[in-house]
Amino acid sequence: MVRYEGKTVLRLRVNGEEREVLARPSDVLMDVLRDQLGLTGAKPGCRNGDCGACTIVVDGWPNKSCLMLAVEAEGHDIVTVEGLGGMSAEQRAFVEADAFQCGYCTSGFLMVCHAMLTQHPQMPEELVIEEWLQSNLCRCTCYAEIREAVLRMYGTGKSS
Amino acid sequence: MNMALNASIHRKEAWDKVCGRAKYADDLPAADHLCARLLTSTRAHARILGIDTAGASALPGVKAVLTGEDCDLLFGPLLQDRYALARGVARYAGEPVAMVVAVDEPAAEAAARRIAIEYEDLPPLLTPSQAMLPNAAPIHEKLADYKRVVSDVRPEPGTNVAARHRVRKGDAKAAFARCAAVIEKRFFLPPSDHLAMEVRAARAEIAADGNVLVTTCSQAPYTVKKQLAEAFKIEAGMITVRVPFVGGGFGGKAPVTLEILAYLASKSVGGRPVRLTIPREQDMASFPCRMGLEATVRLGADENGMLQAAEMEFLVDCGAYTDISPNMAKAIAADCTGPYRVENLSCDALCVYTNHTYATSFRSFSHDSYTFCVERALDALANRLGFDPLELRLKNAVRPGDFTPTGVPATPELTGDVSRCIEEVKRLSCWDGGRPLSLGGSKVRAKGVSCFWKSANPPTNAVSGAFVTFNSDGSVNLLTGVVEMGSGGHTQLAQILAEKLKLDPAQVHVVAHVDTRVAPEHWKTVASLTGYMAGNAVLRAADDLIAQLKRTGAEALGCAEAEIEVADGRVYSIKEPERFMLLKAVAQGYQTPGGASVGEPALGRGGYMLKGLSMLDPATGKGRTSPQWTPGAQVVEVEADLEACTYRVITACCVLDVGKVVNPAATRAMIAGGMSMGVSLATREAYEYDENGSPRAPNLRTYKLLHIGQEPEYRVDFVETPDPTAPCGARPYTEHGIIGIPAALANALSAAFGCALDGLPLRPEAIRRAIGGAP
Repeated sequence: MVRYEGKTVLRLRVNGEEREVLARPSDVLMDVLRDQLGLTGAKPGCRNGDCGACTIVVDGWPNKSCLMLAVEAEGHDIVTVEGLGGMSAEQRAFVEADAFQCGYCTSGFLMVCHAMLTQHPQMPEELVIEEWLQSNLCRCTCYAEIREAVLRMYGTGKSS
Repeated sequence: MNMALNASIHRKEAWDKVCGRAKYADDLPAADHLCARLLTSTRAHARILGIDTAGASALPGVKAVLTGEDCDLLFGPLLQDRYALARGVARYAGEPVAMVVAVDEPAAEAAARRIAIEYEDLPPLLTPSQAMLPNAAPIHEKLADYKRVVSDVRPEPGTNVAARHRVRKGDAKAAFARCAAVIEKRFFLPPSDHLAMEVRAARAEIAADGNVLVTTCSQAPYTVKKQLAEAFKIEAGMITVRVPFVGGGFGGKAPVTLEILAYLASKSVGGRPVRLTIPREQDMASFPCRMGLEATVRLGADENGMLQAAEMEFLVDCGAYTDISPNMAKAIAADCTGPYRVENLSCDALCVYTNHTYATSFRSFSHDSYTFCVERALDALANRLGFDPLELRLKNAVRPGDFTPTGVPATPELTGDVSRCIEEVKRLSCWDGGRPLSLGGSKVRAKGVSCFWKSANPPTNAVSGAFVTFNSDGSVNLLTGVVEMGSGGHTQLAQILAEKLKLDPAQVHVVAHVDTRVAPEHWKTVASLTGYMAGNAVLRAADDLIAQLKRTGAEALGCAEAEIEVADGRVYSIKEPERFMLLKAVAQGYQTPGGASVGEPALGRGGYMLKGLSMLDPATGKGRTSPQWTPGAQVVEVEADLEACTYRVITACCVLDVGKVVNPAATRAMIAGGMSMGVSLATREAYEYDENGSPRAPNLRTYKLLHIGQEPEYRVDFVETPDPTAPCGARPYTEHGIIGIPAALANALSAAFGCALDGLPLRPEAIRRAIGGAP
């Protein structure tokens, strides 16, 4: 078992790169990603695991980075919205479906979709999609555009 | 027509937002910033007997501890009644009482916990009607001494009335005596939250030469500049306010709040940069929320269902401080009847202090609240007279020749086409008379309807502006003071500019962030007026630019300016279109093949100021507050379980007279987003207070928002009655989707359960109470 005391250098694998950060055992991963690596796509919407705006993908599964300690992330594969590349199916689908307004929740929704695409390469049924997306809140849209983005991501949307 | 209008183009900032590159106020690097944290009142109403900051100041890393004693200035956009940090009295649970500035967040938080405050509790007043009782102690003892920033706020010292607006028209008393049916209803609507996904944040620093830099998530950067300049006696030119992307505002980021505290924090540490962040819990409890409302509405109609008289009293629960609430009371008064002809009217809209979190503008600026009351009363009237509720509304819809409550003559151009909105929503919702349909067992389906209209309440002299410059490829850069917070203003303005310059919208680049030292003043990004005000400024900037291009073009081609046309990236004479110059070759001044230079670089500038608006007469309410009205009609359908007292919202329909559709997909999405907020608000959202006036659990764990899977099917359609004073004829539409949804839902549920649901939110326990069951 590893024991962390005081500030420790952690080696994190983020977006395919090995990165070193300096963290206390109590530091949450979101703050370390934002403050030390400049990866501000993960947003502090509540710091309580309720809104999902800080969602990242850890080993292929969505994770709320405000509920995860930085020390827990060592040895895991972390992907943030900045690691999606810019032309991924998820990102293109969100742009084409106009699936955001203010954009603050968007990174979180994209990361849930990224994990869903990893875990369900074929489009799952609607209830499963809803279960995946219920972890996140959007205050601007009516969710119809986000549903449409998911369909487009799986290549079944309107005109895709 | 060019391709820019009626085109569903994507947001200008779309790719920044899907790549995590869009920066919001607290995303900017802050390594050189100190951290500020707030300590807030645990009491709803208490005298502050003492604050012991010694323990906090002694902690390592603490740079300053501030209390109300450090700043004796009063703030407020209309009535200056609020200290930055409470002085002497705390008037709501959550009110900022002390602020710590420290080297980092852990140090600031530890210090905030070491501050000891001694309170002496005062009795809290928790509803407007309680605060209106003759023996209620005034929450503000010095109400008479407060500075009135505007002349139409008239506080009533010795009471809790901060403002009162009256509308009197015809003879309501006499008209009621002639009515075949009279309905009177009481309403209680609780305060709730904007709940923008981005928590408020602000930063400030003061340079050695006195220049102040504020970075904030404000909808009103120019107001931040103005209020800081006036309060702290700083020349306005010395203050720069920067606003990057804003993560949702909904009115909640229009008031100046954290910016004042961030400035004070920086000042306390010699001007060093300070970053003030607050947790979600403080964002909800300490910073302004959506107003509560108590109301009595009395409507009278003849046997044909024609409205004859209305008498209304609205008590706006503004909480502990007024902020913009007096104007929301004014907005209620100005539009109080909804889009119906009522010739005999008496309306009093009061802004009343309570010991709640103070309120500010919220999407639709009070229209969602009073519309709930009027539309519930109309359904009761329809029931009494045995009319189809939709037909009753159609009969009474405002038509040309009628007048608004404040005496403005209704015309299609000004007030839109209410009747067509009702007819179209009837079709869209497959309206069937409003009677519930049994599905067998305890299940029924029912529909409810609500109409609405909305006008704006800007200052009568509000301004906007736009600058346009060229790039060497002939594309243009658009610079305005409009904040992009999700409402799509930048994209709409790009389309307006592209249409006018006959360019592809892709060739219009929009400066995304606002810097008050760079961009021309835009009053505030509020009231759905971006398209109207900034749109008109953009049109003028385009005219200015075209005039310059024509001047250069005429000189280069050797013809009259009147013959020159600018279109499709070319400048040419309409007499000889084949002799053209590329726009990009003229934009920076033209160089002839021989090398001679002609003209000068084209730089477009447009300024705009609202015209023709007036204050309302204090006795009768006569006057005009808005450039135009946008009317609409909505229908909500529910499937209810009569035994379990539960329901699902099945469909929600909206027809809005948007004047002219500029971007169909974006307009639809904006309206449906507003409807979604209305469904969330009406089904579940409310601030709940304990008996001492403290909010119960102000966080997202207990304050639930609608999530995916709970939403109805949304149907949105448009009526287009152009407003000739608006760019492309487009009326304001961005807030409006929310307005009638709570009323239409309550009407649907009241029909389904056969009871009167006159409060919000419409939770199963409220329905059970209304049908007379155990709660």
